[in-house]
Amino acid sequence: MNDNHILRAPLRVTTAGSVDDGKSTLIGRLLWDLDAVPIDQRANLERDMERKGRTIPDFALLTDGLLAEREQGITVDVAYRYFASPKRKYIVADVPGHEQYTRNMATGASRADCAVTLIDARRGVTVQTRRHLCISALLNVRTQIIAVNKMDLIGHDLRRFTTIRDEIADFSQRLGRAIPETVPISALAGENVVTKSGEMSWYDGPPLLDLLDAAPGESYRAELPLRMPVQGVNRPQTKEYHDFRGYMGRIESGSVEVGQKISVYPAGLSTVVTGIYIGATSVQRAEAPTSVCITVADELDVSRGDLIADPANAPQVARRLSADLVWLDRANLDMRRPYLIKHGARTHQAKVESLDNLLDITTLSQIDAEGQLATNEIGRVTLRIGTDVPFDLYEDNRATGAFVVLDPATNATLAGGIIRGAAA
Amino acid sequence: MNAVSHNYTDIAFRSIESEAMHILRETAAEFRNPTLLFSGGKDSAVIVHLAYKAFWPSPIPFTLLHIDTEHNFEEVIQFRDDTAKRYGAKLMVRSVGDSIARGTVVLGREDESRNPHQAVTLLEAIDELKIDACIGGARRDEEKARAKERVFSVRNEFGQWEPRSQRPELWDLYNPRLAKGENMRVFPISNWTEADVWRYIAAEGIHLPSLYFAHEREVVERSGVLVPITNLTPIGPREKSQIRTVRFRTVGDITCTCPVASTASTMDEILEEVISARVSERGATRMDDQASESAMEERKRAGYF
Repeated sequence: MNDNHILRAPLRVTTAGSVDDGKSTLIGRLLWDLDAVPIDQRANLERDMERKGRTIPDFALLTDGLLAEREQGITVDVAYRYFASPKRKYIVADVPGHEQYTRNMATGASRADCAVTLIDARRGVTVQTRRHLCISALLNVRTQIIAVNKMDLIGHDLRRFTTIRDEIADFSQRLGRAIPETVPISALAGENVVTKSGEMSWYDGPPLLDLLDAAPGESYRAELPLRMPVQGVNRPQTKEYHDFRGYMGRIESGSVEVGQKISVYPAGLSTVVTGIYIGATSVQRAEAPTSVCITVADELDVSRGDLIADPANAPQVARRLSADLVWLDRANLDMRRPYLIKHGARTHQAKVESLDNLLDITTLSQIDAEGQLATNEIGRVTLRIGTDVPFDLYEDNRATGAFVVLDPATNATLAGGIIRGAAA
Repeated sequence: MNAVSHNYTDIAFRSIESEAMHILRETAAEFRNPTLLFSGGKDSAVIVHLAYKAFWPSPIPFTLLHIDTEHNFEEVIQFRDDTAKRYGAKLMVRSVGDSIARGTVVLGREDESRNPHQAVTLLEAIDELKIDACIGGARRDEEKARAKERVFSVRNEFGQWEPRSQRPELWDLYNPRLAKGENMRVFPISNWTEADVWRYIAAEGIHLPSLYFAHEREVVERSGVLVPITNLTPIGPREKSQIRTVRFRTVGDITCTCPVASTASTMDEILEEVISARVSERGATRMDDQASESAMEERKRAGYF
């Protein structure tokens, strides 16, 4: 039994593509070929094949979970899938491709290390493909892989594949992104998914699974400057730990060592780390993404929501921010209303001062806003916040550069926010 | 493979363990009276352990709440009480029997399963104890409907899950806000698989009820499933029982939880079996999920955990 994958962090993957590009089929195929479908579910699929007279299983039945989806034959909400290759564990957000569900694409991409975008070889690059590449770029998904699907339906035509690959390369460059790996596949027939296809000898690259196995995971976070939002203050006040005072949080980036100088933002007070605990175990050093409890040398006024960081690579602090909002709610942005923003472990009062422009999410170019920000639109805004906010640019650090907008009246999650800088 | 050598420094564990601790700390901070649903099963035993690690040296800041069908294996009840003592946690028990006595649960038949009625008893406990968040051990890999569940999942005053109007959940920024009458379900081990749970139990030395390990038991085979013979699940008139070596993969109400044939009696043997598992966890062991393809979704809509 190969158990190596537990020594590597899981890779978080999001799938993207238009309706009918075959996302559910691809995930089903991966599960099937990696032998990750339990026999009782395998039997369900085989019964279904027999009933419908099919020769290949209906893989979507493995992944389309809700009644309504099975009735309509479409996926309507983000579903999470888990499987392991011999190399690592995967956490996959299977995201629907309908235009009205673009918000789900943003949900999947927000946490993903890697995005797999499917393109139907017969249809080529569509508006929806461009939209998904833009959202992946906007949310800074590090690895982008393009799978040109249904190659079997176009006679495994090299010229058609090359046209699509070149169009993607050109578009990615215009977005300022690296040219993605592009792989010709048939998810249904299992070509170039887990194993190389004999039908496309002209393709000299690896199958999709090899690309996934090679993609970098979240370990890069440990290389960034230290950031740890304080989730709570740990004061047991028991006999045994009468004077214990620790700060609980997850190291979101960087690392921390006993004896290291740290500062607490927004106040900027400095102290030295005296202890690091993971449960009852004391350690000398810990790195992202580890949840720890830290004790320090000085008695500081630190509370939930403060940010522990490296003073040599300090976060910015501001009360007015320039940010992109991915608007998720049915009700439009209303600039007259106060909103809440949750950033790290703190929730702030905030108002949108201005809607500066909209982003065309098929090109990422700016277009004039006409005072409206509606569902599935992305707008650059200026935010005024009631208190000082310690932050990093989203492209430098997802954990301190992202926030969500909550509605104090309806409690809905209205938007995802991407910090672009302090506002002028 | 030596399972026990995998301690928390393994990077794959650290990622999901730290994620669960982060979720538990958010829950403690954002709710007035969060409660940990504790059944005595392996998933909730893992959560109790994670809560201990997240808040040490402070005590676990959640009351453990068991919604008891009173149709439990004795070892599980003993384990439940021992676990609360071992971790110094406060335990409360609310039983379906009390709901029956109050008249809020009416059984169609005297011998029917009490499992679906837990939803009523839970809602009554939420109301009585003024609970605003219930921490549960559900995992997205258990079942198709659960694959769409959020980490922070809002329930209406009837405990119902509305899959169509779930809040989007971006990054690790959980929305804790509730309207009057609403209640939050929180799932810290959403992203764990059954194999992760077992590896973690082995690595951390977490105690479990003996039912999870192979033992001899009187069972009867009904349509491919092994049904344990107990006072509550007696043998049928034309059936013949047999003594088999079995273990439980999930532990719940006696009337709907079945063992699987297995000789895995140590942690390493169980890991070996689970990692190469050929039958889904619920499909093999839960009579309540076998009723139909969408059984879990229907029960979740009706207020099941």
